[in-house]
Amino acid sequence: MELTGVHKSFGPHAVLRGVDLAVRRRETLVIIGRSGTGKSVALRHVVGLERPNRGEVRVFGHDIQKASRRQIHEIRSRTGFLFQSGALLNWMTIEENVALPLLEHNRRMPPDEVEDRVLAKLKLVGMESARRKLPAQISGGMKKRAALARATVLDPDLVLYDEPTSGLDPVIASTINELINRTREALGTTQIVVTHDMESAYSIADRIAMLCEGRIICLGTPQEIRSSDNPIVQQFIQGKTSGPLALES
Amino acid sequence: MFSGIHRLGAFLIESTHGAGYGIWLLLHTLMQVPAIVRTKSRKDLYRQMFICGIQTIPVTVVVSIFTGMILALNGGLSLEQIGQEGLIGRIVAVSMAREMGPFMTALILAASVGSAMAAELGTMKVSEEIDALEVMSIDPGRFLVLPRVLSMAVMTPVVTIYIVLVGTLGGAASAYFQYDISFERFRTDALEYLTLKDIYTGILKAFIFGTVISIVGCSEGLRARGGAIGVGSATRQSVVISYLLIIVLGYYVTFTFYYIEW
Repeated sequence: MELTGVHKSFGPHAVLRGVDLAVRRRETLVIIGRSGTGKSVALRHVVGLERPNRGEVRVFGHDIQKASRRQIHEIRSRTGFLFQSGALLNWMTIEENVALPLLEHNRRMPPDEVEDRVLAKLKLVGMESARRKLPAQISGGMKKRAALARATVLDPDLVLYDEPTSGLDPVIASTINELINRTREALGTTQIVVTHDMESAYSIADRIAMLCEGRIICLGTPQEIRSSDNPIVQQFIQGKTSGPLALES
Repeated sequence: MFSGIHRLGAFLIESTHGAGYGIWLLLHTLMQVPAIVRTKSRKDLYRQMFICGIQTIPVTVVVSIFTGMILALNGGLSLEQIGQEGLIGRIVAVSMAREMGPFMTALILAASVGSAMAAELGTMKVSEEIDALEVMSIDPGRFLVLPRVLSMAVMTPVVTIYIVLVGTLGGAASAYFQYDISFERFRTDALEYLTLKDIYTGILKAFIFGTVISIVGCSEGLRARGGAIGVGSATRQSVVISYLLIIVLGYYVTFTFYYIEW
């Protein structure tokens, strides 16, 4: 997966101003940055939910901008996406939500096999006892775990996480971090995680990239990021109010 | 003055975009119709049919009874002056079948079901559920819009039929108690004057209204943006646009069937 010189604007507001980023196979790359800097927008480019105004996004060898519908379908069927809110369908039970990608992509799969695979994924995230509940009947952390089960039910090659620990208490956040690590170990997936939770970033990242003012300003291992001499990076990871990052930006 | 021109231009662009999106969504949904046969789960289709056809029964019964009674009461007042109150049956039956039945059904369904569709899909849009479907390569047109349009296209004529029946009964009750016209006389007069054309025109109108209400509700919902305010705006717009289209299309369907020589 590679972003090269990606520019994206919404009206007069330029969000991405030349993002260059390459993700290695089977690594967990964490993108950090302040709220509103375009981390989620960059992530949405990977699955074609956004198209760049300029630049190139290559996923599984396909250029997203030139990809046909069939190629986009192929990219998406090999990719899992955990949305910030979970984005579970509220009229379906948890197991129906998790089964949805399986039923849509493998129409001839026998119902027993669908049930077995759904149950296996729900067990992996500790949600098998809540499988007959509706999303409105479970907590935020449970929704995230159920959404993770849905994102990985097709055993994808690439999993994208948008703020997986936001709004969760520290214990549940650690559980989600463990699940992210376990998912990579169990499935051998490549993972991209967008977050501003540094605890989470340090515990799951092979490499961390910092996005600031529409560009990647720093990329390295967690240790390299910790010891970076970039004042913007230091201000962000230490959460200081004084420094080059203006409060209003 | 320039800001006024700017606002007018923005309104025209937004309206044209909305109309274009609605037409595209209708054509796209029609192309997906065979998918409903192939799909394993029709849970959402049945859920939508239940919402349109069953959950609206209490309000449709009350509205239709009183619509029939008002027609009988007003018609009787005029007919009584020329000693022809015995013709109330035909006025109530024809008005209900041809115009008031589909019209009242459409108003009720636009306000209750169409607005709910816009709110539901709008909420799904702003909470990234539509994006989640797209990432799973599930076409929202097939998965969300198709069951809603099909259920409304099927159930609006069904609701119209029972609104016409219940409304006519309400008219008969009013004619009996206000003008002393027996049920038998009311029924004979109504059936004598009511034609097959009145019935199928009413049902066709209901089918068109149902399709339009659901497409408007879905397209406004799918175009919602900006959180709760956007969802509220989409819901309001869906009702306003549906009402306008019901009035305009209702006129043209009547004109086509009763004033053009075929």
